[in-house]
Amino acid sequence: MNNTNNIKFIQGNEACVEGAIYAGLNFFAGYPITPSTEIAEHLSLRLPQKGGKFIQMEDEIASMGAIIGASLTGNKVMTATSGPGFSLKQEALGYACMAEIPCVIANVQRGGPSTGNPTHVSQGDVNQARWGTHGDHAIIALTASNHQDVFNITVQAFNLAETYRTPVILLLDEVIGHMREKLIIPAPGELPVVERLRTSVKKGVDYHPYLPREDGRLPMSDFGGEHRYNVTGLFHDMWGFPSNDPKIVSELLRHLVDKIETNVNEIAMYKEYWLDDADYILISYGSSARSAIHMARNRRARGVKIGVLELQTLWPFPADIVREKCAGAKAVIVVEMNMGQMVTQVKNAVDNPHNVFLANRVDGELISPSDIKTLLRMIQGKGV
Amino acid sequence: MTKERFDFKDYIRPRFFPHMWCPGCGHGIVLSSLLRAVYELDLDKNDIVITSGIGCSSRISGYVDFHSLHTIHGRALAFATGVKLSKPELKAIVPMGDGDALAIGGNHFIHAARRNIDITAIVMNNRIYGMTGGQFSPLSGSGKKATTAPYLTIDREFDIVDLARSAGATFVARSTVFHAVECKDLLKKAITHKGFSVVEILTQCPTYYGRKNKEGDAIQMMEGYKNNTVKIGSKKLEDNPNLIQRGIFVEKTDVPEYCEAYDKIIQTAMKGKA
Repeated sequence: MNNTNNIKFIQGNEACVEGAIYAGLNFFAGYPITPSTEIAEHLSLRLPQKGGKFIQMEDEIASMGAIIGASLTGNKVMTATSGPGFSLKQEALGYACMAEIPCVIANVQRGGPSTGNPTHVSQGDVNQARWGTHGDHAIIALTASNHQDVFNITVQAFNLAETYRTPVILLLDEVIGHMREKLIIPAPGELPVVERLRTSVKKGVDYHPYLPREDGRLPMSDFGGEHRYNVTGLFHDMWGFPSNDPKIVSELLRHLVDKIETNVNEIAMYKEYWLDDADYILISYGSSARSAIHMARNRRARGVKIGVLELQTLWPFPADIVREKCAGAKAVIVVEMNMGQMVTQVKNAVDNPHNVFLANRVDGELISPSDIKTLLRMIQGKGV
Repeated sequence: MTKERFDFKDYIRPRFFPHMWCPGCGHGIVLSSLLRAVYELDLDKNDIVITSGIGCSSRISGYVDFHSLHTIHGRALAFATGVKLSKPELKAIVPMGDGDALAIGGNHFIHAARRNIDITAIVMNNRIYGMTGGQFSPLSGSGKKATTAPYLTIDREFDIVDLARSAGATFVARSTVFHAVECKDLLKKAITHKGFSVVEILTQCPTYYGRKNKEGDAIQMMEGYKNNTVKIGSKKLEDNPNLIQRGIFVEKTDVPEYCEAYDKIIQTAMKGKA
């Protein structure tokens, strides 16, 4: 069944590259930054082989601008960065939210704030992914804990960017980005790939670039095509004409938020392990989920009723799913490598927030199964 | 099909008018020169993407009936680089103010010039931040009044022509809104030029720069452009070497254009693959 050419032993950053190529990426702009640089390096090799374009820009902001420009000419586009670069991209990222331009931004997280801990792991950008750019907006952010899933969520990131006409953030982390493990590249057609929805409005007929269809989707017209329209970061009407009319401002802002928040369950991706009878539930994501799964498997073997909910969609936060899955648990432990960015969301979501605990590690080392076990034993009243 | 006479209505979006520029602003003359240049070059409106940043000048992108991308402050050239590299058959025109192009956008300006990517940058130099109400810009120069320089500026100014030339732009020109026909002719050459082209156009801001610095109203400021500038190579320049020079300063055709150079990378990469 498997063509061995499709089996790779590669870094997570390369798995992201493979997923992006599979999804139809044909324009990448970036700037070197650890620990994401391999994404740019591999795409500089791969993209021209399929007639795509790679450009190393003068800075992170320019990279973000360039992919937005290239998306408007009809391309699937991506940039990759890490913490400091992600900070720099935020204004243009907000522009892509406002102007509804599909694009994918990979942030391979390292320790922060500031220059921080460039070669070590962290999950400290979870909230920045949500609220990094100014103003009310909705955002989609995905993550994964192994290379097969990195591939899958990368494909899905492009699909969601096209479906909802929005920037989608891939929140990888240093361990996932640099670790090597097996990846089996799916055959073409095995995973769904969403192509850009283009307008069917003919030449000479009025095209309203910002008038959503009944299903909420906005068919696009490529720059260079028959329909000439205005794209702006100002609040705008259905023509793309700038407006500060209170009705137009309010409707557009609500549209930008609602198109994502009302589809939270469609966007939600997660994996579950041994949840059916679990007294204790570990909620984790990214590389820390590997330790959570490992620890739960070992405890299960010793008779502890413990399971794992691994989140792959962090934003929009799947609150209903988390509440349902945790309904019967005695305790919920959120395992993450930050000072508690997801645990706040979990506490807000569950029926009994007093039973939610944080198992974290913020020293640049991967959180270990025994780190989590220590907390579990304390919760169980067993001492350490 | 080109009409026999230029009609600006063929090139603007009436929906966007009246424009937001102050009475006496020079930017409308730049707009007119640009549209006449496009008309005389007989360019298809579908082939032009106009990308701008933030500021009074940047509103030009909305007024014209091309594909228009009104982006964020200072970054227009970066967005335009993505447009152009991803679809090189499009004509990329980027109108910018002096602050937009050379303060917040200075890095993108020099790097677009260094790459020699086929984009036409129009720097509408009114030596002030107009939209925010009259703060000094990197083009104001020293000894000027601005709302953020009540004791006069101590900042020196860039020379846009020197900067563009040093950064590698392969077409560099300067004119003023008093010389509207010259502006149009320079813009035609810049748009036709294969590579990164820069046209600096001196344009008056009577509302802030002129008023603060006692340079008079729009007419007096335009008379200043007439009296204080001189064509390169003219007799008048020999007699008045300190006047501001107008004309084409750089026109190089022997430097590879970026998108064409990238096409060669694609050819190499595809050969290696096959």
